[in-house]
Amino acid sequence: MKTVELKSLVFRWPGQPDPVLSVDSFDLEAGESVFMRGPSGSGKTTLLSAIAGVIDVPQSAVRVAGTDVGALAGGDRDRFRVDQLGIVFQVFNLLPWLSALENTLLPCRFSAQRRNRSGPDPKATATRLLSELGLKDTELINRPASALSVGQQQRVAAARALIGAPEVVLADEPTSALDEEAKDTFVQLLLKECKASGASLLFVSHDRSLEKHFDRSVDLPMLNAGKT
Amino acid sequence: MFNLCYKSLLNRRFIAALTVLSIALSVALIVGVERLRTEARAGFANSASGIDLIIAARGNDVQIVMATVFGVGTTGAGISWDSYEMIEDLPQISWTVPIMMGDNHRGYPVIGTSEQYFDHFRHSGGRQLIFAEGVPFKSPDGAVIGAEVAQAFGYTSGTEIVNAHGSGEVAFDVHDEAPFTVTGVLEHTGTAVDRMVFVSLEGFDALHEEPASEVADPFVLIEAPEVAGEHEDHDHVELDEPDEHEEGHQEHDDRHAHGSGHEDEAKAVRTSGGHDHGGHDHEPGTINAIFAGLEEKTAVLSVQRQLADHRDEALTAVLPNVALLQLWSITSTAETALRLMAGAVAAAGMIGMVVMLSASLDNRRREFAILRSVGATPVGVFSLILLEAVLLLFAGIVLGVIALSALTLLIDPVLAANFGLRIGVGLPSFREVLLIALVFCSGLLASIIPALRVYRMTLSDGLSVRL
Repeated sequence: MKTVELKSLVFRWPGQPDPVLSVDSFDLEAGESVFMRGPSGSGKTTLLSAIAGVIDVPQSAVRVAGTDVGALAGGDRDRFRVDQLGIVFQVFNLLPWLSALENTLLPCRFSAQRRNRSGPDPKATATRLLSELGLKDTELINRPASALSVGQQQRVAAARALIGAPEVVLADEPTSALDEEAKDTFVQLLLKECKASGASLLFVSHDRSLEKHFDRSVDLPMLNAGKT
Repeated sequence: MFNLCYKSLLNRRFIAALTVLSIALSVALIVGVERLRTEARAGFANSASGIDLIIAARGNDVQIVMATVFGVGTTGAGISWDSYEMIEDLPQISWTVPIMMGDNHRGYPVIGTSEQYFDHFRHSGGRQLIFAEGVPFKSPDGAVIGAEVAQAFGYTSGTEIVNAHGSGEVAFDVHDEAPFTVTGVLEHTGTAVDRMVFVSLEGFDALHEEPASEVADPFVLIEAPEVAGEHEDHDHVELDEPDEHEEGHQEHDDRHAHGSGHEDEAKAVRTSGGHDHGGHDHEPGTINAIFAGLEEKTAVLSVQRQLADHRDEALTAVLPNVALLQLWSITSTAETALRLMAGAVAAAGMIGMVVMLSASLDNRRREFAILRSVGATPVGVFSLILLEAVLLLFAGIVLGVIALSALTLLIDPVLAANFGLRIGVGLPSFREVLLIALVFCSGLLASIIPALRVYRMTLSDGLSVRL
């Protein structure tokens, strides 16, 4: 089963003649982890935005977990996003005035589906996820997120993306702020948790050294061939 | 959502606190001004609340009230004792208090009246006069003084005081031959009563009587109806004629008499008790005004008409509250200015809040992108900003009302003593609630501006986290 399915996706920013995205076809199988390699400016963020339903895509161009993202209305798209996707950004993933635990629980706050899927006690699930990602100290996870190191913040972001078992985890250069050693550890932890929850992972990065951890690797400039 | 909003504000607690403070200030000010204004107006309108009618020789309503209630200016001509008795006997009248004016004690007006004055006069919204010490005057040489007079000169019960003729501080004619003994001191009222010295009618008369009785005719009742209307008395405004009085009491007493030939007759009248009017053991020649209470308030118009038709003397019956409100309307410009100022401060407070909310938006773009990534809709982010505004406004209003109440509690005694204003700490009035609601709504309305900006921003930013 395909969790993400792109077909003849063409997207241009309003008022610009040239498309930023022009993808013939791309599939992400359930439980699969894909490394998408692309230098800055190759349309990574736009592609992730298209999958996440943040930008207006044409109908039947993007399907996530069987849903035609382009056919959804604004509010439905926001609901769809939180229900089906976990997102990890490059840096600054967390609301600094919430604790690590509260940050992790944010999707449950906005999505009943995510809350229901995170077990009878979402808090316990969050705590377990955080500890599996290396944040075992309960005092630490109750501290404001601003008190955490960058590596710890990224792990909290991963826990947040994974809580409530979304279909897909989108990671946008999550390791770019980490040092070499932390990078590998983070990617391995992320992959392990995605496997555990059955989520497929689309990992976008320009760092080829991480490629080896993934099931498959895609070159974005080649995929995005129609782009001028 | 509320929790998120609260924590987000807490994160910016310093600026949020400043914003709340400025809103609190504007609320306190706008409500405070309103309360002060209403109280001042009500207090002023009630400066003579016990009195249903003030009757004086025909003249301007406001002038009559100014003279009789505030002791400022004069009431033109006097009223004959006959008229007083006529009014007293009207069936609609329940009580009357005669008022005589024109003398002063070291610049403070001296009022000749009866003991009933202290029973019937009401001030500051229906409060009775209270004796801080002593009792009302019982004898002709007794005097009751207002709190300010007592304080100014250190008088207490038993102090002997000497009054002067006229209203000026500089006395041309000191009645040192007729001293008074203070029998009582009134409590502070914050009204003109504090500045007054009250003596009995006999005592007031005695000032003018004693030396004059040897020289000329004292107090002959006016019994010439044909001259009453345009009687030359109109020129004899007692208080403002120092030069005339320099000539002595003869001139002064002219107003009460038609010639020295009546002297004996007048004395006879006074001593023989020819005019026996029950409780009145003394009958002065003329008085300046009458405070009257009615049996029924609805009789006001009929009494007014009756007095207007009174043939023997031209009289005016003034409704003190109406005249006072007329007088108050003069201050409406100042009032409006005050309210405008309060409104401007409130507007500044609201603008401050909008500035605070707007200024933080750029720094919070990341926050909004994160919220969007976890499922918050642009409308959700929009309402987050509005909710913040609601929280700030609510906190500001609560703090403002509390601060105002605390302040009121603190300064109420001072205001009551100095201005006769009692604001009191009560629940806000309907008008105040309306004002507060107005502040709240305008604040909320103003916060739509930043909220709308956020809405657009989140739509265009999407999930991209700009640094």
